[in-house]
Amino acid sequence: MGKLFAENRSVPVFLMILAAITLAITVMSEGYGTGAISTSLVKTLGMTLCLCLIALAMDLVWGYCGILSLGHFAFFALGGYMIGMWLMYARTADTIAAAQAAQPIPPTAVELNDAIAVQIFGVVGGDSFPWMWAFSDSLFLQLALVVLAPGLLAFVFGWLAFRSRVTGVYLSILTQAMTLALSLYLFQNDTGLRGNNGLSGLQNLPGVEAPQALTSVWFLWASALALGLGYLLCAWVVSGKFGKVVRGIRDDEPRVRFLGYPVEGFKLFIFVLSAVIAGIAGALYYPQAGIINPDELAPIASIYLAVWVAIGGRGRLYGAVIGAAVVSLASTWFTGGRAPDIPLGGYTIQWVDWWTVLLGLGFVLVTLYAPKGLGGLIDLMSRRKDA
Amino acid sequence: MSTLLEVSGVSVTFDGYRAINNLSFAIGEPEMRAIIGPNGAGKTTFMDIVTGKTRPDEGQVIWGEKNESLLRKSEAQIVQAGIGRKFQRPTVFEEQTVYDNLQVALRKDRGPLAVLLDRPTKADRDRIEELAGEIGLSDHLDTIAGTISHGQKQWLEIGMLLAQEPRLLLVDEPAAGMTKEERDHTTDLLKEAAKTRAVVVVEHDMEFVRRLDCKVTVLHEGSVLAEGTLDHVTADQRVIDVYLGR
Amino acid sequence: MKIIDILTRLALVAALAVGGAATAQTGPSLQTVLDENRELIVDASRRTVQGALDALVASGQEGIPAFLESWQAREVYVAPDGAFVLVQDEDADPYTLLDIETGDVLGTAGKREVEHLRPNRGVQNLIGAALVQFQLSSPDAQTRLAALDAIDRSPDESQLPLLRAMIAAEQDPDVLATAQNVLTSLTIAYAEDDGERVAAIEGLGGRIDVAARATLNPLLATRRAVAEALPEDTNIAEVLQPGTGDLPRMEAYQMLVEADLAPAFTATSDLRAILTDHIVDDMVGGVPVRLLDTDAARFEAYAALAAEGTLPPLVTEAQVDAALASHVFFDQYREPSKAVTDAASETLAGINTRVGALEIVDLSLDGLSLVSIYFLAAIGLAITFGVMGVINMAHGEFIMMGAYTGYLVQAIVPDYTIALVIALPLAFVVTFGAGVGMERLVIRKLYHRPLETLLATFGISIALQQIVRQVFGAQARPLTPPDWLAGSLDFNDVVSISYIRIAIFALGLVFFVLLWLILNRTRLGLEVRAVTQNPAMASSMGINPDRINMLTFGLGSGIAGIAGVAIGLFAQVTPELGTNYIVQSFMTVVVGGVGNIFGTLAGASLIGFLQKGIEWLNPSNTLAAQTYMILFVILFIQFRPRGIIALKGRAAGD
Repeated sequence: MGKLFAENRSVPVFLMILAAITLAITVMSEGYGTGAISTSLVKTLGMTLCLCLIALAMDLVWGYCGILSLGHFAFFALGGYMIGMWLMYARTADTIAAAQAAQPIPPTAVELNDAIAVQIFGVVGGDSFPWMWAFSDSLFLQLALVVLAPGLLAFVFGWLAFRSRVTGVYLSILTQAMTLALSLYLFQNDTGLRGNNGLSGLQNLPGVEAPQALTSVWFLWASALALGLGYLLCAWVVSGKFGKVVRGIRDDEPRVRFLGYPVEGFKLFIFVLSAVIAGIAGALYYPQAGIINPDELAPIASIYLAVWVAIGGRGRLYGAVIGAAVVSLASTWFTGGRAPDIPLGGYTIQWVDWWTVLLGLGFVLVTLYAPKGLGGLIDLMSRRKDA
Repeated sequence: MSTLLEVSGVSVTFDGYRAINNLSFAIGEPEMRAIIGPNGAGKTTFMDIVTGKTRPDEGQVIWGEKNESLLRKSEAQIVQAGIGRKFQRPTVFEEQTVYDNLQVALRKDRGPLAVLLDRPTKADRDRIEELAGEIGLSDHLDTIAGTISHGQKQWLEIGMLLAQEPRLLLVDEPAAGMTKEERDHTTDLLKEAAKTRAVVVVEHDMEFVRRLDCKVTVLHEGSVLAEGTLDHVTADQRVIDVYLGR
Repeated sequence: MKIIDILTRLALVAALAVGGAATAQTGPSLQTVLDENRELIVDASRRTVQGALDALVASGQEGIPAFLESWQAREVYVAPDGAFVLVQDEDADPYTLLDIETGDVLGTAGKREVEHLRPNRGVQNLIGAALVQFQLSSPDAQTRLAALDAIDRSPDESQLPLLRAMIAAEQDPDVLATAQNVLTSLTIAYAEDDGERVAAIEGLGGRIDVAARATLNPLLATRRAVAEALPEDTNIAEVLQPGTGDLPRMEAYQMLVEADLAPAFTATSDLRAILTDHIVDDMVGGVPVRLLDTDAARFEAYAALAAEGTLPPLVTEAQVDAALASHVFFDQYREPSKAVTDAASETLAGINTRVGALEIVDLSLDGLSLVSIYFLAAIGLAITFGVMGVINMAHGEFIMMGAYTGYLVQAIVPDYTIALVIALPLAFVVTFGAGVGMERLVIRKLYHRPLETLLATFGISIALQQIVRQVFGAQARPLTPPDWLAGSLDFNDVVSISYIRIAIFALGLVFFVLLWLILNRTRLGLEVRAVTQNPAMASSMGINPDRINMLTFGLGSGIAGIAGVAIGLFAQVTPELGTNYIVQSFMTVVVGGVGNIFGTLAGASLIGFLQKGIEWLNPSNTLAAQTYMILFVILFIQFRPRGIIALKGRAAGD
């Protein structure tokens, strides 16, 4: 560990900044501090940390291994759905049990189960649990699925794609097709995850009476912890020989193959790892968002993720984190209607409308003139300090 | 000297164009062999077939003491079996240091998990420094490979090849674009390597081939036209016809 | 009723004997005949009017059809003197009365003095049916056709002989054909002789129209029944096995219950409600309520109550099985004749086969037009991808810009045909310019960085989309096709294609040929192909790749603009228009392979026909169809990573 810190100075700096930010938010929160930061803002910040984590996962595959995945939100949302199933089941089970207790004759296990199923799936005309909810009553198994489901999807997809040597833009389009197919699948009412209604009420923790002011801070801590561990893991993976081989694949894939490395295996490893990290990020994000539906898997979301990482600077882990944090927070601020309009005589520029234009064109400029992104600026400054 | 690689009756066609036509070729260990031939003779395609980049339409490629067929192996497996290849254009990892390039090439377990858990040992570092000495890049171990000269990149690539400790080295036009001194150094490196392993050099430059001082195979239109010492083949009327043009 | 009829006829004879000689020669006058049936005509009701109609028709008076038409049209009045008359102007007061037969003016009468005959709809229909026989023998072919139409709409057993007589005399081939069709349905429905009906049914064999199917389907209507043994005299469609097919076990038992052939079954799920009604001191049948949370405990409680006699004993599963086993369940045809139902189901099966085959033809036409759309949408993308290795994410927005160009032109030029003629080249020019501008400003600077190009063009894409949303608003804008493109070309009842789709197909064909000519017969095409296959070699031979790239990009974008106009004609013009087509375009390019217009055609064909095919197999669920479609593409790429038509050998690079 100490060696990792020495090799990659960004790791201790990053961890300290993350801890400081988390602490600062905690002492200003409504739940544990002065209340300077509202509970909804705490949630937004916690969600931003999760977005930073998936950006990290994206940087791992794209920045280090050269695989531009345009479907990472498929893994993110899959993680969210897996934890969402347990949250929704457990919460509904509590409500139904309370309602049934009012009846003179206690319910049988089957009746209880059917009542829960009707409560959850009535909205899509269902009255029994689809097969994929088999483990939804077990927090432990659903947590395992948070890792396994995105991992398995990434493994199958990656194995197929890498085996047939699909690379470059072809691969990007295929990943986009993957997330589109999954989102269309989930949009159907009869595929088991409530169609376009998605899963809702996820902000309520089953069996926990604590107010949102407290739970929002808990999730912030969990997200910060996950981001910190994720950063450590990614830094460890890309340092050392593995990182060198993976960067070699990014720069000259045939050359790595002719050094005798099973390139497909390396790509698959990094793709699955990245998908698992994305799934964990999603599993932490959606309980804070409160709702998940198939819109989250729309291909455009994943392209935006690539944009964040590109703006932040690929191939450097802190770049991805900075990009995700800066762009997603700026987007929230500008589109939330809080940014001041700019009157231009006859026309008033409203940020709600023009932010997307600015983001799009700004992104083109970054790609053209600052290919290393914001992270490149940090490199430049830290090098100047060294010199 | 036993036969290390035997290629027999291999043919390959691209869109109706017969790039390799019933080619047979064998090399023992240790041995140095030069392959010459005009443009389009199939030299590069021959290497592609041996290294698994191109699958032949027919024929056999047999390797080693156990007479394994190479045709069913992937590129990576062929390399792991002991065949190293140096491309025409120097291809090193330009964004990484010379040290990193050599470290990646070192003969060690290539599996993803093994690589992930790999931590460089003292033996590794010694070996890298030794190799760097052989290719004259001892002072450049921490230099980014993209910034060294063209000739140095060629040596680095040869160094990376040697680091793999292959039993057969396939070298494609190693002297292209080199100065006189650089060429001499390259010749020495290859000759040294050929003492313990098989080396196949594809080259245009007759002067360079003469310095290698080894058996020569002449390829023409995808098959072997002549084989023997350089003096022997250059005296062959058919070879003269092919080179001087009809 | 009959007696009254006879009496009135007797009275008529008496009246004739007493009446003047003038009318006696030609039989009783119309007025007289009407007079005889006065009560039935004036107070006509659906149940009683038939007698009057029969009498009128039987009289053989010439003026009867005209009177019936007037009566049906509510134009007949009763004058103060009791005569049946017409009036000249319904809005005038007083009315000018006209003779019912000759139309001569009879005099005037105040509005309140006359009685207006207003037959209700039922009566009107009966009058119409009576009229039919007159109309069938009308010299005017249109009238005869109208009569046939009337029969077709309200068929009646009595029309059968009339129709047969009419057909025997009919000369006009069109009318005859229609008459025979109507006769067929009438024969099938009402003929006495089963042989005749079967022949008529078999006569429908070659038809594919909805009417033929509508004639046959009612013959095959069934009713589900249960009996202890299979009845001998009914026309059985199918004997059903409870618990299989569309007769679930409990549904079958429920039929027995409803037919009083078995006692009611208490489902396990009903126990809770039943037991709730019998809670006494927190106990049910001696079992504490809190223990009733298993089915076993509830059965025990129920059994206790049943033993007391409070509740009927539970029907066991074994009893259910026994009851089901001792009865037969079957579907029986409402039509009693087996020969008829057999012929009908056989003929219907034949018709359905033919209709199925034609549906595939229709589907293929639909597929073909989808292929043209995908081809137009994707070909520009394929060209730029092939030549420059660049995926233009803003390609969809170029399509959208083309559509908006069409909308703007239509807003200025009122004639839709002229507007379309202007819009097509203008859209090309606009998007060509946009493409060239984008190439020079952005893409040129990102060569050899295809992934960055992809993302940079995505940035342009979202900016363009938002700008258009700001300028034109988010709502859909109309791009109306000219009138000559409205409607569709109908081959028969099943196969048809709209003119817009034909036009788009033609447009796709034109561009396919045009691009083939440009790429294979011009200097520019030669240079484009050279750059596609080996950029380095091409530039060493004096081809300026920058210029070629710029022109190629412009060309690809320009075609996107034209595709936009075409798509706008049938889809809604919104800022998101391009987004809806971009993914399909990607699929087309990836599946087809790059750098070759035949590849794009092959890709578009595969995607278009496959999509239609999947929709046909699973018509209710387009989401599922798209999901399967994409999964297919992902799998397809496994087997042909470079598309259907791939560059091979060295040119493909690696």
